[in-house]
Amino acid sequence: MYVYDEYDQKIVDERVAQYRDQTQRFLDGELSEEQFLPLRLQNGLYVQRLAPMLRVAVPYGLMNTRQLRKIAQLSRDFDKGYVHISTRQNIQFNWPQLGEVPDILAELASVQMHAIQTSGNCIRNTTTDQFAGVATDELEDPRPWCEIIRQWSTLHPEFAFLPRKFKIAVCGSRQDRAAIHSHDIGVEVVHNAAGETGFRVVVGGGLGRTPVIGVEICDFLPAEHLLTYLEAILRVYNQHGRRDNKYKARIKILVKAMGIEAFREAVEHEWAPIKNGPSTLTGEEIERARSFFTAPDYASLDASAAQNTLQAQCQNDPIFANWVKRNTREHRVAGYRIVTISLKATGYAPGDVTDKQLELVADLADRYSFGEIRTTHQQNLVLADVEQAALYELWQSLQKAGLATANIGYLTDVICCPGGDYCSLANAKSIPVAEAIQARFDDMDYVYDLGPLELNISGCMNACGHHHIGHIGILGVDKKGQEFYQVSLGGNQGKDTSIGKILGPSFRQEDMPQVMDKLLTTYVELRQAGETFLDTYRRVGIDPFKERVYAQDH
Amino acid sequence: MPRIIKNGAIVEEHGPEVLDLEQWLQSEDRARRAVVLEPGETLAPLLEHIDDIPLVLVNFPTFMDGRGFSYARELRERGYQGELRAVGHFIRDQLTYLSRCGFDAFQFEDESELEDALESLGDFSEFYQASADQPQPLFRRRA
Repeated sequence: MYVYDEYDQKIVDERVAQYRDQTQRFLDGELSEEQFLPLRLQNGLYVQRLAPMLRVAVPYGLMNTRQLRKIAQLSRDFDKGYVHISTRQNIQFNWPQLGEVPDILAELASVQMHAIQTSGNCIRNTTTDQFAGVATDELEDPRPWCEIIRQWSTLHPEFAFLPRKFKIAVCGSRQDRAAIHSHDIGVEVVHNAAGETGFRVVVGGGLGRTPVIGVEICDFLPAEHLLTYLEAILRVYNQHGRRDNKYKARIKILVKAMGIEAFREAVEHEWAPIKNGPSTLTGEEIERARSFFTAPDYASLDASAAQNTLQAQCQNDPIFANWVKRNTREHRVAGYRIVTISLKATGYAPGDVTDKQLELVADLADRYSFGEIRTTHQQNLVLADVEQAALYELWQSLQKAGLATANIGYLTDVICCPGGDYCSLANAKSIPVAEAIQARFDDMDYVYDLGPLELNISGCMNACGHHHIGHIGILGVDKKGQEFYQVSLGGNQGKDTSIGKILGPSFRQEDMPQVMDKLLTTYVELRQAGETFLDTYRRVGIDPFKERVYAQDH
Repeated sequence: MPRIIKNGAIVEEHGPEVLDLEQWLQSEDRARRAVVLEPGETLAPLLEHIDDIPLVLVNFPTFMDGRGFSYARELRERGYQGELRAVGHFIRDQLTYLSRCGFDAFQFEDESELEDALESLGDFSEFYQASADQPQPLFRRRA
């Protein structure tokens, strides 16, 4: 993974010192609430319903064990002993004291972490595929490009006061696990006919109040032009994005208003004078970035022997076998598996993880996975490089810590924002809805029979729970002071991305498990052999679901 | 006479008369006149006289309006070498960004802030991106 040199460290250290001074001036009354707001937001600090929330950046979801242990320690020293993994692969502390945040940031800087630009109207953390570098369908590792973008976007002088927040995602595989069509800019690593690396660039996607699927602005951008081209897009947006209405301020609204042709033309116009300028990437810099993401020192394993051992273990222990089936996947190197650790045990807020669990995962990562951990936008953790022969031991350790829930990609692997329990923006609570649904569907055989199913829950229009791209999406809404829930069907986050369609009038919280039950029963009755929920929905449309859910009881 | 920060020091300002963009466009000797840009205005006509204009002001109606950052950067990238002054409601915590975009003068609404504001200019000593005062991005300078 990327390792700071003296320059990176200096920038992060100076940022901590600057923020310490800003916090002091705010506490002394020299900075107004209004002036302090964007400054603290750009250091990841929100003021929430009950306490501040600090969002720590996990660049493209990758951490080493030293960093994970530091997070665990900070959650004990400054918080209540647990943290939350966000849908942008970041880590959130829910209860820090405003005055202590500079100390937390200084501690983070000591392990090459920060909270820079995790909030505010600026370029946010660049996200990517949680299986980068190990996926079997990968064309090229997206992380070197993410790191190049991270450095370029960090404290960028021109783009710190944009009309609204700005999110970039990069993918480098056939299947898009980074949801690039739902980002302000989506970057897909591609090769041209000559085998050279470049990017397909998609612009103007986004969720939130007005969900929009991004459109292609460039089908092949040669690699060296990445930063100048991004700069040109950002400059057009900074100059022309709406600033009069925060709900119309994202780039998707500008792209729609101008039309993609006019927008592309404006970008080309801004790009021409800076293209080939000093910010053009050098071959050396590209190689430097790549050098941090080389394959770890894999053992050359006897894959068939490992397979036999695993099979024997699975036969002896069906619970283990089930976990292997649900929570591990194929690795590009023979004899290894990719392990996803579910943070979706019933009875716990989705994506929450305690200090003790973090420390255990750090130990396990050191022992079994080259000392690296990834966070996922589905709010789980990944150990990317586990030898097949070690899976049984690993699973036993996870099981003792309540981390072996075998539900990755199934109904109970709910994506869920913190919602009204924590967030001051929320219209409604989201965690109790997730928990009620998890509790209602506790028969795992039924859950597995339902097949791959993404349930995404957001407590408000800001869509942190990505409800628009869940196969089933749930959105908390406010109806005359009452919390209600709107359901949408048919969203999807892959390359054939789609925005869910609203089912109809919203429901009360206590009705949600029953509504889910009706939706799922409808699917089970209508599905043809081999069809997933999404397949069936796409074949039959929304009406059968609507009829069942809103039918009058007799 | 207003006191402003200019080239890193506090000075009394004795600058020329400043025209708004419309007045400037109508002025016959506009190449030699100072002009103030408001967010949303186009800077294209300034580019024609970029070697001669002595002073460009960029107004920040609120500190959250970041359009002025792009004006500055674009003017410098196109070769403008005259004084580039931020005016209006920007705050001292933006000075590093503003100066990196190419502003070399800062006229605060509240002149009592000037001494403290000078300190903010030194918040950072290293940056990743190319900027007006450092045309080479860090990746071209890394040892």
